[in-house]
Amino acid sequence: MAAAATCGTGAGNKGCTAAAAAAAGKNNVTSFQRKGPRASVPDSGCARLVSIAGTRPSVRNGQLLVSTGLPALDQLLGGGLAVGTVLLIEEDKYNIYSSLLFKYFLAEGVINGHTLLVASAKEDPADILQELPAPLLDDNCKKDFDEDVCNHKTPESNIKMKIAWRYQLLPKMEPGPVSSSRFGHYYDLSKRMPQELIEASIWHGFFFPEKLSPTLNIEPCSLTHGYIKLLQFIQNVIYEEGFDGSNPQKKQKNILRIGIQNLGSPLWGDDICCTENCDNSHSLTKFLYVLRGLLRTSLSACIITMPTHLIQNKAIIARVTNLSDTVVGLESFIGSERETNPLYKDYHGLIHIRQIPRLNNLIYDVSDVKDLAFKLKRKLFTIERLHLPPDLSDTVSRSSKQIPAASSRLLGPDCGVMAGGRKHLDF
Amino acid sequence: MRALARAPAAAGSGRPPDWLRRRLEVALRVRASPARARVACSSSTSVVPAAAPAPASGRQCPQPGMFPELNNLLNTTPDRAEQGKLTLLCDAKTDGSFLVHHFLSFYLKANCKVCFVALIQSFSHYNIVGQKLGVSLTAARECGQLVFLEGLKSSVDVFFRAQAEPHPLQFLRSASLQPCSEVHTWEADAGNLQPLYEFVREALKPADDGQAAWRCPVLLVDDLSVLLSLGMGAVAVLDFIHYCRAAVCWEQKGNIVALVHDSGDAEDEENDILLNGLSHQSHLILRAEGLATGFCRDVHGQLKILWRTPSQPAAQRDRSLTYQYKIQDKSVSFFAKGMSPAIL
Repeated sequence: MAAAATCGTGAGNKGCTAAAAAAAGKNNVTSFQRKGPRASVPDSGCARLVSIAGTRPSVRNGQLLVSTGLPALDQLLGGGLAVGTVLLIEEDKYNIYSSLLFKYFLAEGVINGHTLLVASAKEDPADILQELPAPLLDDNCKKDFDEDVCNHKTPESNIKMKIAWRYQLLPKMEPGPVSSSRFGHYYDLSKRMPQELIEASIWHGFFFPEKLSPTLNIEPCSLTHGYIKLLQFIQNVIYEEGFDGSNPQKKQKNILRIGIQNLGSPLWGDDICCTENCDNSHSLTKFLYVLRGLLRTSLSACIITMPTHLIQNKAIIARVTNLSDTVVGLESFIGSERETNPLYKDYHGLIHIRQIPRLNNLIYDVSDVKDLAFKLKRKLFTIERLHLPPDLSDTVSRSSKQIPAASSRLLGPDCGVMAGGRKHLDF
Repeated sequence: MRALARAPAAAGSGRPPDWLRRRLEVALRVRASPARARVACSSSTSVVPAAAPAPASGRQCPQPGMFPELNNLLNTTPDRAEQGKLTLLCDAKTDGSFLVHHFLSFYLKANCKVCFVALIQSFSHYNIVGQKLGVSLTAARECGQLVFLEGLKSSVDVFFRAQAEPHPLQFLRSASLQPCSEVHTWEADAGNLQPLYEFVREALKPADDGQAAWRCPVLLVDDLSVLLSLGMGAVAVLDFIHYCRAAVCWEQKGNIVALVHDSGDAEDEENDILLNGLSHQSHLILRAEGLATGFCRDVHGQLKILWRTPSQPAAQRDRSLTYQYKIQDKSVSFFAKGMSPAIL
């Protein structure tokens, strides 16, 4: 834990100087400020870097970042998740991989010593915490990775490409750990997080069925009961533990990681997944707005998984996307026809980065790669560029011709984050 | 080089319009002598786009801040900003917030009193971007030029604590349980935007001593679609804008700039009603769209500018222009369709 903290500060200082150097010479007022809480910090006026374990400043705008628990996803989001923002995960159909991302986020918080707040209407938060994956630590991770990487890399690294030599110049996505930084960690899904680490961490659980008050009036309100309770709970924790800077005696600043599972599902008392014209259709969007207000004024980051594939009203999905900061969609191949499609045999699903926020900036880091697929190995969740394998059939039959056309149609609309276009254009 | 300039003209019919020819010549001239152009525009923002603004009418180098190219396209400068106009900013499938930053810095530079209803981001976000564009929001707020309503921060106050006097965002508590009390009571009003309108009117009313400290009042709203997400109906938001127009545009000869998202194929009927209603009322519509062909690293989108005269008969044609743009760190460069410097 101490090693992580010192490494964090080491990386932080590098980032600080880089950003400060970039800021110098522009105006007489330096534009580099620590961006922990977005509102006025109690000790405002000091632009020094606060070293909180498990965070680092973004090199682009000095924004304080935390890791999502998945270094591959951190890379795609421009270094990490900004403190004070919401990461919305659109769940895949059977909620397999999105719950994995949820657990990675919480496990990262346990490792870094952050405070956790877990809210769920389906599982008891204590059970969720018991099932967190174990981290891969330095000594055995190198050994384990070597075997993975060897299998992955030996055919490629030894042979220089002779014919398609241009492909060697393509940037590779990092499959293994970057040994220098301890910002993101890797987790082994076959093992559980050691009990002592969980007990050493501070966590607050919100299990909705327990918090239901016995007297339930029929209320003509615009926010469902569950959301109001959850907002109150979050606000209580933030206020009591001083994440919004209200408690000046607190010496060591820490990050609050909030995880909300299956938001919008009928288990929370919300019916947007059930009907198209629901009575309180503004409930979820209002909740998101007030939640974002809470996050912006405190040192916290939030992950929300939402079953958007169940929401009938597309307008609500668009509004929810506009009200969240980072939106990542998961689409797994399980149960769909793509599972048996030879094109996708290496991957378990597609990942769509639908929105990345432009914080304190006009532009943001966007990767050129828009077609991303993920695959889950025992110790590694990799996100890679989706490659269509070459068509090696002897005869160009009609059936094999149709498969690339279908896959290109699904690649077409996924136009990406910055500018989406119309659906599929025929050339 | 001449042949290159004439080639697109040969494809069309007749000569290219003057503005296109001028821009082409400037682009080719700047590309030939980048060093000279950079020295000439040293006072402007550091990135020199290939299609530099043509100082054709003898204007000096554009001031730092805002987007000087957008000022040229809109044919305005902070010195002679128009009055009594409603400008609608709209984005479809892309992020149009750079337009909000432009107008904010533009009107602050123009010495106008600005009331900014920022519902979607925090104050420090606008402040940091504003510093890149050359205005300091903290200084403007302290000297009274800027009245800033921070939606996110105020929503927390309004939602969790009962307010004594009416708060502009009071509609967040409307028809909802009072969360902090044991007894479940609910407020009887349906929630409207009248407190918000009162806030705006109070913020922009002229100073009592009669001296005009600032030029004209400006209301800037970012953005109106969030009000729909918070439970307001499209008609309520249209009424709010109507009231603000009467107070700000007509009574005090000020301007209003509002951003609305276009949901496109998401079939958000309320949003479409709001967008269509505002499009008919506005004098200037700036519409940022994504490219039809998808993502491109060098061209971030397309901007359609439409000048309208709502009160004039339809015989007068509305003027419309389309440009493509690329957003850089501190500015936005505009170029004609297909004239991106990366492609030329």
